[in-house]
Order: sequence, then structure tokens, then C-alpha cells
Amino acid sequence: MNEAVRTKKPSKLIRGATGDWEVVIGMEVHAQVASNAKLFSGASTEFGGAPNDHVSLVDAAMPGMLPVINRECVAQAVRTGLGLKAAINLRSVFDRKNYFYPDLPQGYQISQYKQPVVGEGAVEVDMPDGETITVGIERLHLEQDAGKSIHDQSPTMSLVDLNRSGVALMEIVSKPDIRSSEEARLYLTKLRTILRYLGTCDGDMEKGSLRADVNVSVRRPGEPLGTRCEIKNVNSIRFVGQAVDYEARRQIEIIEEGGTIDQETRLLDASKGETRSMRSKEEAHDYRYFPDPDLLPLEFEQGWVDGLAAELPELPDAKKTRFIAGHGLSAYDATVLTAEKETADYFEAVARGRDAKLAANWVINELAGRLNREGKSIVDTPVSAAQLGAILDLIGENVISGKIAKDLFEIVFAEGGDPREIVEKRGMKQVTDTGAIEKVVAEIVAANPDKAEQARLKPAMIGWFVGQVMKASGGKANPQAVNAALKAKLGME
Amino acid sequence: MSVDKETVKRVARLARIAVTDEEAASLQGELNTILGFVEQLNEVDVTGIEPMIAVIAMQPRMREDAVNDGGKAADIVANAPVREGNFFVVPKVVE
Repeated sequence: MNEAVRTKKPSKLIRGATGDWEVVIGMEVHAQVASNAKLFSGASTEFGGAPNDHVSLVDAAMPGMLPVINRECVAQAVRTGLGLKAAINLRSVFDRKNYFYPDLPQGYQISQYKQPVVGEGAVEVDMPDGETITVGIERLHLEQDAGKSIHDQSPTMSLVDLNRSGVALMEIVSKPDIRSSEEARLYLTKLRTILRYLGTCDGDMEKGSLRADVNVSVRRPGEPLGTRCEIKNVNSIRFVGQAVDYEARRQIEIIEEGGTIDQETRLLDASKGETRSMRSKEEAHDYRYFPDPDLLPLEFEQGWVDGLAAELPELPDAKKTRFIAGHGLSAYDATVLTAEKETADYFEAVARGRDAKLAANWVINELAGRLNREGKSIVDTPVSAAQLGAILDLIGENVISGKIAKDLFEIVFAEGGDPREIVEKRGMKQVTDTGAIEKVVAEIVAANPDKAEQARLKPAMIGWFVGQVMKASGGKANPQAVNAALKAKLGME
Repeated sequence: MSVDKETVKRVARLARIAVTDEEAASLQGELNTILGFVEQLNEVDVTGIEPMIAVIAMQPRMREDAVNDGGKAADIVANAPVREGNFFVVPKVVE
């Protein structure tokens, strides 16, 4: 355990009744491998499906069935390892992890214990205050998912569906390098981003493609690690934060009242925001791992790994660095734009040959904000990158003002169409003809002599006139030209 | 290495095998004989020798990532003592 890796930050400490406490967090994230077929059988991994429809005799553990590994699942694990800047083990071993549960027909889970396919790596996490923390990766191993038990159909019986049984999971184990609930949330967010860039896991937490076991302990700053509790199967990023906050508080209270922490497995009750003990698991911890005699050690060549490395996409950290250096974006904008690969691609399409900062503003503020309100993602945006690019071009050419551009964006968002044509057809071009603007200014000033008098004394009043002129022009007057004309007319400056 | 009766009972419970006290006593003797035999193997010096996994050095067979199985839910649950539709039905297990 690398207790000294992180320097203590007072702002991250939790104040208890008897002084400050530091929370120490490590996470085990289960990520479903993106593949067509399961880890050791040819049954489909597709979500849903009629009960037991995506099940082969291997997944149901019928006697005499033998597992044969899916090459693509191994490739996905190696790609993920490369994305986590981790050591790739050319030889790894599958073990049996033994326990009994109705949705585990084999009576054991095929997993990797002492020799995982991927070793140590690191994930860089950007914090909102500009700090970048490094969370060490301990290992990544391949294992089978279990089936699903449904408990709410009968008071005395449970239904079992094995569609998920045998689906490939990557268990990604972090070092205990995380020091706050915010760090825990952002670590999981970043890990999800990396997996989605790599295409090795879809990261869909609602479908259970990404689940986290969160290990939480507390200690006085500088002291050795405390006893940890493991909160199982947390299935949303927000819940990870909740689980850490509640669990740290619970442990601090127990210790401050003179008690000790029992090492145990707990469950998060998200509706109450509490964790509770999961006593039935305690005895099950004797897993009696041993190498699976049905499977030879997994071995591959460095050349194959190099081939996969050569085909990796640009990862979020590299893209972010390039957006800052190449496009002159702020670190914040670059982080927002690279959080999803689709957003980054969209931004790049809009920014090509245009003002990158303007493009970033429009993608982050107008487009993302609008999509958010509709509950849509960038993938189903009604405004294509080409359309948004055309709107920016119209601003750049001074054909429309920034304000009209927002109206135009709204029309394109709702109705589609070529922005340039829409401007032409609906007469949205801004008026830059100073003669025409001066004429409107003169009319409005003449109609409001009292306000004009006030404005001469109180220059802030000019805003009211700008508003009136813009209104009279249907919002099409160039705002700079209006300002200049008003100041001249009112004799200001 | 030898096992006591409590260990025998614990291992039996982990394996979901019902073992009476008398059976545990006799299993304890049998297991200790086996463990004693295995212990003899420790006398062989295996320094520097890779553990043999398979008699013939070979790579594991791999499958391509193609869906070519499943769609046989009725077969999967055919031998289940209790089922509902194509679900297995088991005594309630819940946390």
C-alpha cells in the first residue's frame, strides 16, 4: 500500500468531533467487455432478451461442457490495459473462485487471481480546482459475470435468468490513492471516459455495464491505514459519492465514540443514502481459488500487443493536450469537450478552419445546454457540425449578430435546414447600413425626449435606447453600430 | 500438514456437503492420509523447474467473437426441478 504517495490536502480532510480525519478509498470497477459473444461460449452478450435465451450449455454449466476463450475479449482487456498505461502480462492464468449462489451454475466463477492479464498502471484525474491527481491501477483481470436473480415475483421463490452468465467482465482494481468522495466520483468518470474512447466497454451504468465496489477507511492524517469496509455493487457515479460520504461519517462516529471498525461487506441503500451490513457474505469469503484445470494459461506474443497498441484511438488526455496546445482552448473547455469522444469529434468538425474558441463556446454552451434540456446526447443532435459551422460562418462574415445567431440556432435545432438559406428567406440579416440605423435612432430619440435627457446625465440609460432600437429593427441591427449611432446622437463621449 | 475435525466440517460446509460428526471423524483420517502422501512429494527438489501445466506444450484454443450458440432456453431449463416459463425457480435468496 502506497500510503505516502499522496500529499495531505487540508481541504480534503473531514472534520470530526475530536479533530480531522482523512478518508482513504480504493475501487474495484467491474466493466462489461464490449463483445458480441461471451468470454467462454458463443452465446450472445446482448442486453435484455427473453429469459435464458442467450445461454449456451457452457454458460449453464452442463456436465462435460468446456470453456473456449473468446480472442476478442482478450484483445479488449489488453487494449484497456494499454489505455491505462499498464503493464501487459504475456502470460496469465485463469482460476476458479468458488462460492455457491443460485445464479452461478458452475459453483465457481472463472476469474484471474495471482496472475492477471494486466498489471500496474495509472489514471490521471483532473479536479475542478485545476489539480491533477494520479490514481494508481493495481491490476486488471478478466472474469465471468454471473446470472441474474429476480426476487420480487414471489414471496418464497426467486427466478433465475442466466443471460448474463458468462459475459466477460474486466475487474479494474485501483490502489488506495483516492482521498475524497469527489475524487472517487471523478476517478470513475475518467475511467468510464477512457473505456468509452477505447470502445472496450460501453459504460452504460443503467444497464449494469459498469459497477463499482468501493473500499472505504478513515485515519488520522499521517497514520497507518484504518480498517476498511467494502461497499458492493454501486451502480452510478452519484451513488459512489453518496456511499463514500455516508461510510466515512459512519466510521468516524464509531471511532470517536471509542468503537472499532469491523472489516465487512456493506450495501448502499440509495433511497436512504445509507450503507448497511451484508452479513450473509461474511462466510462466503473463503473462495478457495485454484487454477482452472479446464483452461491452459493465456499466452500471447508481444507483437500482437504492439499491433493492438498501434491501432488504439487518441485517448482523452492526449486529445485534451492537443486541444489546449493546438486550438488554444482553456483547460476547462478542453476537459469538457473531451469527456465524450463524440463531443470532441463534433467540436473538431465545427472548429476546422474556424475560430476554435468560438466553436468551443457554441458547442459547450449553446449546443450542449440545448441538448441537455431535451435530454438528448450529442449522438442524436438535430444540429449537425456542418450546420453549426455555417452559423458560425454567418457570424464571422457579419451577416448576423451573435443574438440573431442564437435565434437561428433555435430554428435549425427545431426545424433543420440550411442556416444560410434560412437567414436569406426569413430576412434575418443584420442591418449594418449606418444610414438606416441612424434613421431609427433619430426616430426613437425624438419620440422619447425625457429619456434622452436622462441618458445625457446618466450614461447607463443608453441600454434602454439600445433595446428600443434593436426592437424596432426586429433584432437585426448590428449592436456595435447601434451603440455608436446612439452615442453620437445623444452627444455622449 | 494435517486437518482437525473442525476444518473437515468447515470444508464440507463450504462445498455444501452434509457431513455428520461420525463421518467427519472418519474423513479426517482419510484426508490426513492423503495429505501425508502429498507431503512426501515435498521431499523432491524442484528448484528451477517450471510447474508442468500440460503434457504437451500447447496454446489454448481461442474462439472468434461470433454469436453461434444460445436460443435454446427450453433445453436449458429442461431438467430444472421447478421452472416458470423459461426461468429457473429456486428457494428465495435475497440480501
